[in-house]
Amino acid sequence: MVGSMQRRDHRCIADQFNPWHHRFEGMQEGRAWSRGPHGHRRGRGRLQRSREDRMLAGIAGGIAARIGRDVTIVRIVLVLLGLLSGFGVIAYVCAWLALPMEGSTETIATRALSDRQGITIALALVPALVLVLIVGSQLHANFVSSWGLPLLISAAGLILIYRNAEEDERTWLDGSVKALLQIGPEPRQSRRSFMARVGAGLLLFVLGICVIADAALSRSWLRPFSGTLLMIGGTVVLLGPWWLRLALDLMHERQARIRAEERADMAARVHDSVLQTLAMIQRAADQPQEVAKLARAQERELRSWLFEGRAPGSFGPEGAATLSAGVAQIERDVEAAHGVAVDAVTVGDAPLDDELRALLAAGREATVNAAKWSGAASVSIYVEAEPKRVSMFVRDRGAGFDAEAVAHDRKGIAESIRGRMQRSGGTAVIRSVPGQGTEVELILPRHPSRT
Amino acid sequence: MNSPGLPRVFLVDDHHLFRAGVRSELKDAVDVIGEADEVPAAIELIEERLPDVVLLDVHMPGGGGKAVIEAVKTSHPEVKFLALSVSDAPEDVIAVIRAGARGYVTKTISGPELIDAVVRVAGGDAVFSPRLAGFVLDAFASMPPGSQLPGPLDPELDQLSPREREVLRLIARGYTYKEIARELTISVKTVESHVSAVLRKLQLSTRHELTRWATERRLI
Repeated sequence: MVGSMQRRDHRCIADQFNPWHHRFEGMQEGRAWSRGPHGHRRGRGRLQRSREDRMLAGIAGGIAARIGRDVTIVRIVLVLLGLLSGFGVIAYVCAWLALPMEGSTETIATRALSDRQGITIALALVPALVLVLIVGSQLHANFVSSWGLPLLISAAGLILIYRNAEEDERTWLDGSVKALLQIGPEPRQSRRSFMARVGAGLLLFVLGICVIADAALSRSWLRPFSGTLLMIGGTVVLLGPWWLRLALDLMHERQARIRAEERADMAARVHDSVLQTLAMIQRAADQPQEVAKLARAQERELRSWLFEGRAPGSFGPEGAATLSAGVAQIERDVEAAHGVAVDAVTVGDAPLDDELRALLAAGREATVNAAKWSGAASVSIYVEAEPKRVSMFVRDRGAGFDAEAVAHDRKGIAESIRGRMQRSGGTAVIRSVPGQGTEVELILPRHPSRT
Repeated sequence: MNSPGLPRVFLVDDHHLFRAGVRSELKDAVDVIGEADEVPAAIELIEERLPDVVLLDVHMPGGGGKAVIEAVKTSHPEVKFLALSVSDAPEDVIAVIRAGARGYVTKTISGPELIDAVVRVAGGDAVFSPRLAGFVLDAFASMPPGSQLPGPLDPELDQLSPREREVLRLIARGYTYKEIARELTISVKTVESHVSAVLRKLQLSTRHELTRWATERRLI
């Protein structure tokens, strides 16, 4: 509420002083502050591959964004599916083909359909497929057909993906494939330890195959399992460093992108608040009152952004929940609306109830009166919450008035201040000396048993 | 430059613009004898020139105003410090006051008020902004009956007298010392002595609210 009022106020001034204001606003619209469906928020629309949450194709990230679950859980499920049966891998590759990347409309599959050469190469794997099936049946080894089949189909899919992926995705694939082909010693690794690693990895892998082949003959349940474990171990030893480097690269890339986004976000906010205000100040340079008002409003906004983490223009629409927050709101509102500095000091605090809201309403009226009529440059508010009473003082050093001379039926003081306080069981005392200023004292007795 | 009688003031702030602004606001009422924009240079120059009052920023790289006060205080206890800050955060207040500053005002203070504060600190008094007064009242709030304090309560240091409380309330309400004196029918000197007594308590008290704030922010 407050925020929107303040912002609307800014806008009015902006329109007065800044003919380009509407264009600025248009620019902001394009750089929408709200970010896309991040974190656990459920996304809408069709399933897409995520550009942000990406280890490989961004499918886990896309699913996570769509169903509103944590991406790690989705990843674990996908990996388990892949390990359980090779068809999980096929499903992944198919999804890669059939799902569009976030922000693009075309899928890889649509492009692949017109890629005759690619399809030919993929079909060329059919003889290899037949070979695998034959070998598998010869050895009575189910694992060869149950793994060889999906892996070959996946390989065909990957060829199509590689040939038809969009430019940036292909560059990334290129980089990782090259890194895989030139698998060599890491920069700070000796050649000997590299050879040892490759040797150990291959040994584990071959050992695994032997155990499985042997087990296929002896039909023991546990042995193919340990064989698979050996193979996985070998793969990890062989390809682990490569995968690690790949993941690190991806992470760095993502971090860089997030930093760039944060900078853009920051720039948008600074533009929206600080730069706008500075432009307005330049245009209002001959009106000191106006300049001071703008500067104070801006200071408050910036301070609450930097120290309290509230974005400019987002002073909670839910309204204040505590006495001190309510006082701070009066401070901001009156400053923004009347261009008078308001210094509020609050001692103690209490959750707001109807009585305290009435007290704040009366105090607000007194503050607005002081800002409007006293002519003083600043108004002081002091609020103290004690167990037995809450007191509020609003003071200015302005013109003051003769309380006797003001007609008793004048609505401002009689109704908004005195009436409100009396209905809540409190008192209002107004002391004013012409030429010296005014102080309004509001006292509200409290009943500790009820709070 | 060397006008006799005027308080000799030294400025420490890492913002050039702010120093220039303060200098121009103060130039007729005080004698600005130097300025520095970082902690080590400030310590060296203050010890060399020995000003009456050092106006210093709370937030600076290298330990901030607190580091300057602590370095100078031991060798030259006669130098007085008035802290300026952009923020009113309690932990800032507690840090500089407990380090030994005689007062604390925010940077939005008006020129005449700042001059008044400098003159008062130079004369050996304490300067409390309304916000600082509110904070002290909060920290020394009367304990609800029956509550236990973690340590023994030293009535000399850990509690405010009713009069001190009254004076602080009026400061928080925006009263000047003169207006407070009139309101309470006491002399301005008495008001000043009450405020100085509160400052001393603030610096020396081990009341757990104060120490809690300080330790949470690792200030002591």
